[in-house]
Amino acid sequence: MIRLNDIQEVYDNGTKALKGINFRVDDGEFVFLVGPSGSGKSTIIKLITAEIAPTAGRLMVNGYNLNTIRPRQVPLMRRTIGVIFQDFRLIEKKTISENLAFVMRAVGASTQEIKRRVPYVLELVGLDRKERRHPDELSGGEQQRVAIARALINNPSMIIADEPTGNLDPQRSLEIMMLLEKINELGTTVLVVTHERELVDRFSKRVIAIDNGRVISDEMGGYYSDETF
Amino acid sequence: MKRFNFTYFLVEGCRSIVTHGLMSFAAICMTVCCLLIMGSFALVAVNADAMLGDWEDENIILAYVDETLGEEQTQALKQTLEAVPNVTEVTFVSKETAMAAFREEKESNELFDDLPASVLRDRYQIQVDDLALMNDTVDQLGEVSGIANLRTNPEVTEGFLVVRNIAGVVAMILIIVLLLVSLFIISNTIRLATFHRREEIAIMKMCGATDWFVRWPFIIEGMLHGLIGAVVAFFLEWGIYVLV
Repeated sequence: MIRLNDIQEVYDNGTKALKGINFRVDDGEFVFLVGPSGSGKSTIIKLITAEIAPTAGRLMVNGYNLNTIRPRQVPLMRRTIGVIFQDFRLIEKKTISENLAFVMRAVGASTQEIKRRVPYVLELVGLDRKERRHPDELSGGEQQRVAIARALINNPSMIIADEPTGNLDPQRSLEIMMLLEKINELGTTVLVVTHERELVDRFSKRVIAIDNGRVISDEMGGYYSDETF
Repeated sequence: MKRFNFTYFLVEGCRSIVTHGLMSFAAICMTVCCLLIMGSFALVAVNADAMLGDWEDENIILAYVDETLGEEQTQALKQTLEAVPNVTEVTFVSKETAMAAFREEKESNELFDDLPASVLRDRYQIQVDDLALMNDTVDQLGEVSGIANLRTNPEVTEGFLVVRNIAGVVAMILIIVLLLVSLFIISNTIRLATFHRREEIAIMKMCGATDWFVRWPFIIEGMLHGLIGAVVAFFLEWGIYVLV
């Protein structure tokens, strides 16, 4: 669960990225966060992942109060969310299964658990025959599937996808979005930040629109049209 | 740290040396260079110290025995001289032995062949522990009855003391400077390695890795770099020392 109450963010150079954001994402929801470049979407992701702290307002993520969180609790909070990036951010020197295994190692999983869980998650994202490949041997769509598998590997309660289809063709984008929908149906909360109008409209989910650091619309089954901005 | 995690860190540290071969090569070369410079300087310092020690041993006082003393009284003087503070070794040299040494020194000169030993006096060779206390020791030796006079070399002693003091200060300053330079180079190498892999570190942290989970493989990798560098530097230094 995410709760933002009157969140404001002012960067060191004086830029007011967020000017009082209010919204709440409940467990099990699928939400699109949309908005033009510079609207504040990326700042919201950075706040939710505790990369930065809010200048003002109250922020709760999966039971952690990010206004008062201690540095040693940040890794524990991050283990409750899985993050997917536009540029995949896989470790090039590691194989696909190693990219997943090290995330499990980070939370103290045993070798037996890793050997059991990694093939299961790779099968879930349709990459069960490519576990020994390196990221540069895979297509963009496949790399994003690995990133999704990595986000899922520790069974987080929430997935945050920051422009997950930004580097993919329409067909692969649709496949990735359907995969995220499938993950959501299994009970994981999904928050997708995107520019892809067609995809947002096609899935008919809750859409939160941000512009100039403010929420300008928040609709269930909403769509992302030119009139939105 | 859990046991399986330690194995993981060890494997990751070893693997990282291979996968980041160029960085590892640079780090090991840096370590070897630092250790070679430090080691070479230490060898020079140790040898110089040994050389100064030899010179120190050669810096002796000659105490000439009063000719009026009989043989027993002359021999009895040894204990009195040994009791003087700062004296480490007292060796009796008879006039005959002194003459033999003198002739050996002047063997090319026939003029001294018929010179009788009686022109020389019995003497004691005295070594001191601390050259800085040489003047006090000479004063005390001069007060021993039965000693006619003493021969010392105060200019050499003072010169030696100055050289030793300067060498000591220079060695200390150079060791400190080299140590600081080595620390600076090694810390910069670690920083460079961390910068080279900043994305990997960011990914790990985003996935919920603790700071120590990220640090351990780096620490083990750094220890292995240091160990390999030390072994290489040891054998290189050995080779250089044997050659020189």
